[in-house]
Amino acid sequence: MKLTLKIWRQQGPHDNGRLVSYETDEVSPDMSFLEMLDGVNQRLILKGEEPVAFEHDCREGICGSCSLVINGVPHGPERGMAACQLYMRRFSAGDVITIEPWRARAFPIIKDLVVDRSALDRLMQAGGYISINTGGAVDGNVLLIGKEQAETAMDAASCIGCGACVAACKNASATLFVAAKVSHLGTLPQGKPERARRVAAMMEAMDREGFGACGNQYECEAVCPKRISTRFIAMLNREYLRAGFVASGSPAEPDSSQAGPD
Amino acid sequence: MITLDPKIPPGPLETKWERRRFTEKLVSPGNKRRIKIIVVGTGLAGASAASTLGQLGYQVECFCFQDSPRRAHSIAAQGGINAAKNYQDDGDSVARLFYDTIKGGDFRSREANVYRLAQVSTQIIDQCVALGVPFAREYGGQLANRSFGGVQVARTFYCRGQTGQQLLLGAYSALCWQVERGQVTMRPRTEMLDLVVIDGHARGIVVRDLVTGRITAHMAHAVVLATGGYGNVYYRSTNASSCNVTATYRAWKQGAAFANPCFTQIHPTAIPPAETHQAKLTLMSESLRNDGRLWVPSAPADRRLPEEIPLSERDYFLERRYPRFGNLVPRDVASRAVKAMCDEGRGVGPGGHGVYLDFADVIERHGVDVVRERYGNLFEMYQRITGEDAYRVPMRIYPAPHYTMGGLWVDYNLMSTIPGLFVIGEANFADHGANRLGASSLMQGLADGYFILPYTIGHYLASAKATLVGEEHRASRAAVERVTGLVATLLRANGRRTAASFHREVGKILWDHCGMARSKAGLTGALKAIPALREEFWRDVAVPGSGETFNQELEYAGRVADFLEFAELLCHDALHREESCGAHFREEYQTADGEPQRDDERFAHVAAWEYRQDDSPLLHKEPLAFEFVQPTTRSYQ
Repeated sequence: MKLTLKIWRQQGPHDNGRLVSYETDEVSPDMSFLEMLDGVNQRLILKGEEPVAFEHDCREGICGSCSLVINGVPHGPERGMAACQLYMRRFSAGDVITIEPWRARAFPIIKDLVVDRSALDRLMQAGGYISINTGGAVDGNVLLIGKEQAETAMDAASCIGCGACVAACKNASATLFVAAKVSHLGTLPQGKPERARRVAAMMEAMDREGFGACGNQYECEAVCPKRISTRFIAMLNREYLRAGFVASGSPAEPDSSQAGPD
Repeated sequence: MITLDPKIPPGPLETKWERRRFTEKLVSPGNKRRIKIIVVGTGLAGASAASTLGQLGYQVECFCFQDSPRRAHSIAAQGGINAAKNYQDDGDSVARLFYDTIKGGDFRSREANVYRLAQVSTQIIDQCVALGVPFAREYGGQLANRSFGGVQVARTFYCRGQTGQQLLLGAYSALCWQVERGQVTMRPRTEMLDLVVIDGHARGIVVRDLVTGRITAHMAHAVVLATGGYGNVYYRSTNASSCNVTATYRAWKQGAAFANPCFTQIHPTAIPPAETHQAKLTLMSESLRNDGRLWVPSAPADRRLPEEIPLSERDYFLERRYPRFGNLVPRDVASRAVKAMCDEGRGVGPGGHGVYLDFADVIERHGVDVVRERYGNLFEMYQRITGEDAYRVPMRIYPAPHYTMGGLWVDYNLMSTIPGLFVIGEANFADHGANRLGASSLMQGLADGYFILPYTIGHYLASAKATLVGEEHRASRAAVERVTGLVATLLRANGRRTAASFHREVGKILWDHCGMARSKAGLTGALKAIPALREEFWRDVAVPGSGETFNQELEYAGRVADFLEFAELLCHDALHREESCGAHFREEYQTADGEPQRDDERFAHVAAWEYRQDDSPLLHKEPLAFEFVQPTTRSYQ
């Protein structure tokens, strides 16, 4: 089928970008969206032009490299998947498809559709871990973790760190990203000892990196390729509130090493 | 001239590792902070090693070419991780995991290494739980297990179909902590393009900053490569698109021996390729074979829909040929059986490249909800790609290159033939022999990174007493010049063919002649075709843009250039090994019913190849002595 692509081209962080139109007629419905872009790039190279820079790696929706805004929606029209899992059968002949990069102050553009998402790594470095040394861990079955609790932690831990939540948010907030990590670790007994420090540090880092505040629009959940639920934002808010009390000295951490009733 | 000393500790198998840990020298805490270690790669092996070394007090500089360390391809491992916990009380033990792995590898791995792997496997689970990895649990709160191919116990731990992701995020979070503490300096979007060797020791690497294009040397007391496997040499594989051989291959050219490159694993259950434009094959986890049954029509060229074929006209070929293990035979055995069915003209789907993987029985037995809970994400993935609903019609699957058992040769301490250069994870060759069992790569990556390398590297650092060399050293300047020259040559070619077209062509040569079945004639032909293709590449490749900017095509062309050389090494190795073992199947060496014929008299050795400029690679052999298990015919029948 024949398609018109309008692709954001930008040489570098300090250049003015623009949308450039490309006609392509070698598209089959069984192609993935990225394979379609591969085809465009192969033809550009043969014409001596620079191919469109875009990020991709595993091409099975788990590495989180994909960062394409397709027709205004991060990862495109299908829900619950990354752009690499989108197939051309979703489109029809004659369609005009606009492809842009993630847009957020915290994600400066490197080139074309590639942005710098290292701010998300810095959020993780601020507190997205359990500070435990290698070696000497107790037997894995010493901590009994209820199936539901483990499943909740896994739901939150499924985040692939792509940043679509930020790209979809009009405040460019990374709240869903932070909420997923705080909920994953805060749900498990192993993560309880550091829960207050973790949430405070990650929230502070989010401000520092230039992400906005949560506006409760839930666009993040709508575009999340792993369908991370905004109920984790509720959990984050509660954790954050609780951290404030703990920091002020009351109450103490009653459940620092054991799984609490929550 | 390379000498291969595996440095295996003497004495009983059970206490070798303990004794080695005791006899090795230690670096005192005060000295550790003056020692710098470079770690290249941030998958399971690299991230766990870098974080543990940082925690021990070394200064670590860690590199990855992705935009974030969390994107390394370990993230995509689906099924699980093995450990000899015996939580199921089903007869598992360290000895049994050891034996299964040795046998699964078709008696082409080192006993001492594999035993150590089985020993530390239990610690890995504990460590990962402590880091917050949300393993699947039973209702009572205990860790859950599933079974995997090639074994008769349930020892695989898992996080839905995303075990690699969760284990990597665990190691990545540990790495983040060390970055925050200032112990690890993380350099993403930086690709290693050469190794700096000074007085015979690895002392640094040359990298290209992928954003600015700047080429610089980074120096250290020791270098650790955790740069993964080379499955992408086949062009189409289940690997991520940027997986490549460049770091290990260029280390090979600096003197590190490359071992068993022809041991490449072709995974039986990938989604069949649809068309030529397809660059990537998607894996369907081996765990599906727990419940799915493989079959083809009994008659060739049967074009009926699967539901129209009655039971009596179906051939459940794995259950027929291997009644004891059935659908759970190891990967190499299953892949060859699938190929045999397709070669007989009984394959299904486009081009006859596929067999059915059918879930109808388990759905009838346990209901669709149970199947959805176990494999929901895989069925979803399958539907997205093929447009078919595997709850209603059987999946179609076909083998795909997946993992590479070969890699840089390392001794028991994980050090290569270049002192100071350590190699861990898929990048080394050590533990899986001629075939890797499912759920063992995650185990090996984390064993190397968390529990083995951090000990063994200390002994080298304590004994070598090297000082840190500056970037202006003659050898590092020469290495920077080598890389700069190569980049310039690629940009200068200005030809008419894309790097991808060369990659596709070399991949096809290998798939046809050095894939699931190999023969002397085919390999000899490939060894003629590859150099010709390589010459054409340098004459006619088109790489647009400049070297001073973000240039993905330039990165890719450099990796393809290495694949074009490395493919030859692969064929040399496959040609020399005149036997069939594990994933390496030479058509000349098989029984009347098509089972592989191993030759322990001539080939019970590791083939370690030395690079020679302007000459074919030189073969060295490390004999494999089996003191504790008796190599037997590997039968799953």
